[in-house]
Amino acid sequence: MKKSKSEELSEVVLESGIKVKPVFGPEDIKGLVYEKEIGQPGEYPFTRGIHPLMYRKRPWTMRQYSGFGTANETNQRFKWLLKQGQTALNVAFDLPTQLGLDSDDPFAEEEVGRVGMAIDTLKDLEEAFADISIDKISTSLTINPVASVMLAMYLVVAEKQAIPWDQIRGTTQNDILKEYIGRGTWIFPVEPSIRLIGDMVEFCSKNVPKFNPFSVCGYHIRESGATPVQEMAYAFEIAITYIQEVLNRGLNIDDFAGRIAFNFDIYGNLWEQVAKFRAGRKLWAKIIKERFGAKNPRSMILRMIAGGGGGGLTIQQPENNIVRGAYYALISALSGTQTMALCSYDEAYTIPSKKAALISLRTMQILADEMGLKDTVDPLGGSYYIEWLTDKMEEKIVECMKEVEEMGGMIKAVETGYIQKEVSRQAYMREIKIQSGEITKIGVNKYVMEEEKADIELHPFNPEVAEEQKKKLKEIKALRNNSDVKETLFGLKKAAQTNENVMPFVLNAVKSYATLGEITKVFKEVFGKFKEPVRL
Amino acid sequence: MNKSLGKKRIRVVIAKPGLDGHDTGAKVVVHALKDAGMEVIYTGLHRTIDEIVKTALEEDVDVIGLSIYSGAHVPLSKKLMGRLKEEGITDKLVLVGGNIPQRDIKTLKDLGISCVFPVGARLDEIVKFIKERV
Repeated sequence: MKKSKSEELSEVVLESGIKVKPVFGPEDIKGLVYEKEIGQPGEYPFTRGIHPLMYRKRPWTMRQYSGFGTANETNQRFKWLLKQGQTALNVAFDLPTQLGLDSDDPFAEEEVGRVGMAIDTLKDLEEAFADISIDKISTSLTINPVASVMLAMYLVVAEKQAIPWDQIRGTTQNDILKEYIGRGTWIFPVEPSIRLIGDMVEFCSKNVPKFNPFSVCGYHIRESGATPVQEMAYAFEIAITYIQEVLNRGLNIDDFAGRIAFNFDIYGNLWEQVAKFRAGRKLWAKIIKERFGAKNPRSMILRMIAGGGGGGLTIQQPENNIVRGAYYALISALSGTQTMALCSYDEAYTIPSKKAALISLRTMQILADEMGLKDTVDPLGGSYYIEWLTDKMEEKIVECMKEVEEMGGMIKAVETGYIQKEVSRQAYMREIKIQSGEITKIGVNKYVMEEEKADIELHPFNPEVAEEQKKKLKEIKALRNNSDVKETLFGLKKAAQTNENVMPFVLNAVKSYATLGEITKVFKEVFGKFKEPVRL
Repeated sequence: MNKSLGKKRIRVVIAKPGLDGHDTGAKVVVHALKDAGMEVIYTGLHRTIDEIVKTALEEDVDVIGLSIYSGAHVPLSKKLMGRLKEEGITDKLVLVGGNIPQRDIKTLKDLGISCVFPVGARLDEIVKFIKERV
């Protein structure tokens, strides 16, 4: 009886609010001038890709997130992953480390070594990279408010391996503004936190030229509820904030823009994601060239890691996440990302088991070596739909950026809690839509299986790690020269109180085996703590 | 509406104990409970159990909800229940949400947690559970 109604086409509206027609054709892209809006790969505005030959010349870097327990355990896992063909490391730290607390801090209790490895002193990082030549790999250190300390430790590890700093490749995540929005590992107030980022950029541009001192994470903003458009817009506004901080110090945009990295999220509608990245590349190039007056094309390219996000994975029927991961990897490759990482199928529960991490790695390798994704650059370029959608996404991202700028920029928008509120409201709306079935999630609101038991093998947590770590910390404190420690910390404090770049002082403190907690305490004394605006 | 029935609004504190920064789930629940007519206090991140108990007492809440994604849900719940016992508080409904594996649900209930709502739990079920018991 209702046949005629069900035959009607239902409306398709993407998460970013764009309506999709059932058929697209030449008339939808007739306003687009190829040379101006799309361009050849490797050429401004880089819509099709940042290199002329993309994966044909070099496939994407594969960088699974890993790290747990002690530095020794993590070292074993690193070596194993590299042996399996992984080409870079993405280091997971436990929460105390991410928040600048030593393993013997009372507030670190029950968290030592749980979601990543525990680092208290230089000694731990030395062990984590033992027998790994760090000039041969690029390493991503997933740490934010205390990124300066971890960078210093990494540089000293390089020194001890007799590797010059100009050979060091890697990234510190170091995107504090997104920590206030989502993910939540913040310590200090906004202004001094951004100053620390500026110190690192300045230091790296002079001393560690191949290192990316920060990676702006649209990823976590999206995971916290933002739409794909908000993900890009907020990430760009954050990057602009950091750029401004560095420019204020008298650096030229071309001195450091080539080292700006981004970290984006992939889940949801395939076409919307691909268009998001194509639009993002185009818009970023325009911003750097037109707004900041960059001359070097290398400064204008949107270099990114784009990974299969946890937000798309489900706790129900967890094996389905393996399939989702494969599609996310496909999206990532079709989008022309430089580096790829996938959340593993068990990450809705905990950090990945060895088996799950291997499946993720193999997923990316199968895609690279069996499916022809390396054959030709931007294979979706020229599609009526994709080019139209790329254009629409760019328009929407520009609109969203304008909103933030009219509010006085990202610092203000975060300090007042505006972005946090906006994003959490979105997360709530999405959850309601999933629960009502308006957004389909297989295994959650469609093809649901009753009485299912999660019986997948999970990464085990070893509570003895904390004891081991505390013992080691005690030994180091007994062995080190405590007057050296005192002196270097005093030097750091003085630098933090003035406008002096803190990096040389952090390096000195790290070399004296001052602990991460001791160094962080100095910053806390000088900078104070962030007051979370709870506006819901 | 509750007022016209002469009934006090249900008061809830949603808390993020420990170092875990995943607050999306907690905030989604805050929105849902507010929309269901409850008075909700959200603690923000990095709270100690002592701070949470203090807030619960000061705000005179009926329900304490912990949101934990780091995997430390058992020790943190144990600590909370211990503190509540020390304070002689037995009239509050205590709920735990977050990244909780199936196998830990019984452990948490044995500690005295009234109900566990792991990732994927329905918002209307959380609302219903609270309304039936407060």
